[in-house]
Amino acid sequence: MAEAILRMTGIGKEFPGVKALDGVDFRLLPGEVHALMGENGAGKSTLIKVLTGVYSIDSGEIELAGGRVAFAGPLEAQKAGISTVYQEVNLCRNLSVAENVFIGREPRKFGRIRWREMRRRTAELLRQLDLPIDVSKPLSHYSLAIQQMVAIARAIDIDARVLILDEPTSSLDAGEVAQLFRVMRRLKEQGIAILFVSHFLDQIYEIADRMTILRNGRLVGEYVTAELPQVELVGKMIGRELAELERLDERPPARTSDTLVEATELGGKVAPFSLTIREGEVVGLAGLLGSGRTEIARLLFGADHAGTGTLRIGGDQVNLRTPRAAMARGVAFCSENRREEGLVPELTVRENLILALQARRGWSRPVPRKKQDELVAKYIKALNIRPDNPEMLIRNLSGGNQQKVLLARWLILEPRLLILDEPTRGIDVGAKAEIQKLVVELSDGGMAVLFISAELDEVLRLSHKVAVLRDRRLVAELPNDDTLTTDVLMETIASGGAR
Amino acid sequence: MKRLAWPAGILAALLLVNLIFTDHFFQIEIKEGHLYGSLIDIFRFGAPLILVALGMTLVIATKGIDLSVGSVVAISGAMACLQISTLEAQDSIGGVLGAIGVALALSIALGIGNGFLVAVIGIQPIIATLILMVAGRGLAQLITDGQIITINSDPYKLIGGGYWLTLPFGIIIVAVVLALIAFVTRRLALGLLIESVGGNAEASRLSGIRSHGLLIVVYAFCALCAGIAGLMISSNVSSADGNNAGLWIELDAILAVVIGGTSLAGGRFSLGGTVLGALIIQTLTTTIYSIGVPPETTLLFKALVVTIVCLLQSPAFRAKVFRSRRKPAPPTVPAGEKVTVRT
Repeated sequence: MAEAILRMTGIGKEFPGVKALDGVDFRLLPGEVHALMGENGAGKSTLIKVLTGVYSIDSGEIELAGGRVAFAGPLEAQKAGISTVYQEVNLCRNLSVAENVFIGREPRKFGRIRWREMRRRTAELLRQLDLPIDVSKPLSHYSLAIQQMVAIARAIDIDARVLILDEPTSSLDAGEVAQLFRVMRRLKEQGIAILFVSHFLDQIYEIADRMTILRNGRLVGEYVTAELPQVELVGKMIGRELAELERLDERPPARTSDTLVEATELGGKVAPFSLTIREGEVVGLAGLLGSGRTEIARLLFGADHAGTGTLRIGGDQVNLRTPRAAMARGVAFCSENRREEGLVPELTVRENLILALQARRGWSRPVPRKKQDELVAKYIKALNIRPDNPEMLIRNLSGGNQQKVLLARWLILEPRLLILDEPTRGIDVGAKAEIQKLVVELSDGGMAVLFISAELDEVLRLSHKVAVLRDRRLVAELPNDDTLTTDVLMETIASGGAR
Repeated sequence: MKRLAWPAGILAALLLVNLIFTDHFFQIEIKEGHLYGSLIDIFRFGAPLILVALGMTLVIATKGIDLSVGSVVAISGAMACLQISTLEAQDSIGGVLGAIGVALALSIALGIGNGFLVAVIGIQPIIATLILMVAGRGLAQLITDGQIITINSDPYKLIGGGYWLTLPFGIIIVAVVLALIAFVTRRLALGLLIESVGGNAEASRLSGIRSHGLLIVVYAFCALCAGIAGLMISSNVSSADGNNAGLWIELDAILAVVIGGTSLAGGRFSLGGTVLGALIIQTLTTTIYSIGVPPETTLLFKALVVTIVCLLQSPAFRAKVFRSRRKPAPPTVPAGEKVTVRT
């Protein structure tokens, strides 16, 4: 095996309250495509940011081509030969292709830019990548895929030995992906080491030679792609070895209550799907990140508009144009994106907690202060929110406690359907168990719950039935009976419904 | 209220400076049943600015800004004066009330227009209100036909120049408006909803707040405040000047809001702070006259003082200045070693 161009050993990185990386080893060989795998929060992006000099490391060391390095910033990493192309192309779309490739390092003569040479060298560079395009046209003239490849061309022209592609395919169609992969193979032949991040498993298996899997900031292992079946990969990402996957004994009986929500061929940012949710039923949504779980939730809550299909709630056909309309129908949605879609950081715990209730009552009917204090005290106790000071600004709480406050915001409304998007992510084990228990209690009390989680055993423990998503498509709806195991779920997620 | 300590302190300091230059600065006396004194004058002449700044506070709390208030001041004054000038008897109370109603209704309509552009069309507030800021001056001149309309109406004169219960009428108007805003935002729930929309618009939408309607109401209210201020200003001089009435008042109002501790980033707002901020600016103007700063340097002087006030208000600046005085200098960095500072 060739000598590694890049070797990271025992990398540790800590943020206040979180160990983002804990003793991670990672190596990259010249001329390989190496996939970095892991669920959201596993530490992939932290590792990339450490590697590109965005973050400094707390422990461990990085060796590049045999010499130890410590980057003080992205520019230093770039100079050392590590180039990154991010998901969002960060080039100037209004400038020409050639200008974009040479921006900041234009060929000059007597202080003046030599435009002709710049265009000639860009064209030559792109020809090497099988991309014969007009380099004097503005970048915005070309598709996203080509823009991405211009970004790659720029990266490798700065003498890159390591190229990091962070989710380059997320907004490309199949043909564009194929084109990108051709370029990647060509670079591989030139001996460049490519670090590739993608949530699409098929693409990983098509292009990656080897992969490194992270989970909760720790290294799971390094594998040759061809030797690791998809099911095992999913298992390792989610955190269950096949051997130890055991059936859960308690299994909620199927519900036969009245239908509360009935979606028929409802579609928007996801492929049209049909789904029914009964009163008091917990429906689990399983699938990898980006598989369309959140999109389904947002459609049912009116946060996104449905393009096709019909939705019935409580027997009435509804057209949800706003979250407010969904709330009036008894739907509540606790977003996975706490910071952008949940918290109002400058407000106190109390104010955040009563926000949805106050919004429903309108500005002229304030929730009486005494009632507020009662509600807040009740939920601080019920959900064990720490510290139990309602007048504290919510931004000063830990993530898990913020999550509980947001959960309480919706519980106060006593909704008929509660949509929980990753309610237990990033919170400690105790809080996790509390939230799971709460879901069971709510469901016993007749509330329907749509439960979204990347943790399959959690989905299995709580759900009456499970809908499985893959690549923005609902591929299977499985009753949670004795035959359903995390194995089966993983298989469904990995293979796309072929049971 | 710890947040108000700094603006209150600065106001006190400015007032004390005046005491050095003007004898009996703090003296208040009753002449012919009216309160007189320099402090009363600051309140009285500052009343329009306080009103405009109060409306601006709510707009800024929603993460917006309203540059058009100066134009609305001019339009409202022009409209009222035009209506009164056409009256057969300019002293008829009914006629004056009608004129005021028309002027304020027009102001509200303009504010609704601003709110519509911001909330429904989605134009950035600074651009949306810039339109009316520029076009509004033209509209005001259109109303006055390019002339300065002069009127002679005793009931109208009361608004800006009159007294009631020994107090200048303008102060009473400010007190009523302030009490109304405080009630609606703090006793009712409007304040919480405004702060929520300003703090995180998307989270507020997902919590079911009707942010479009809320924004339109806030901009309409801000224009109403500007409209009332316009009545005061034109009433005080018994004339309407479409060109100069309320000129640059939007900048003073924004300044007053910021000095009062409401962040331009939206969210938390402080009505008391805004009143203090407006009083600081008005006191500064008075001070400039009383200490005899040459007219050609008044703007420069004002800018200087405002800069100092803003620096004193900035926690980052205070931390730097006061820490470096108290603490010894940080240990020097050994040569050749790189240090990254994390804040």
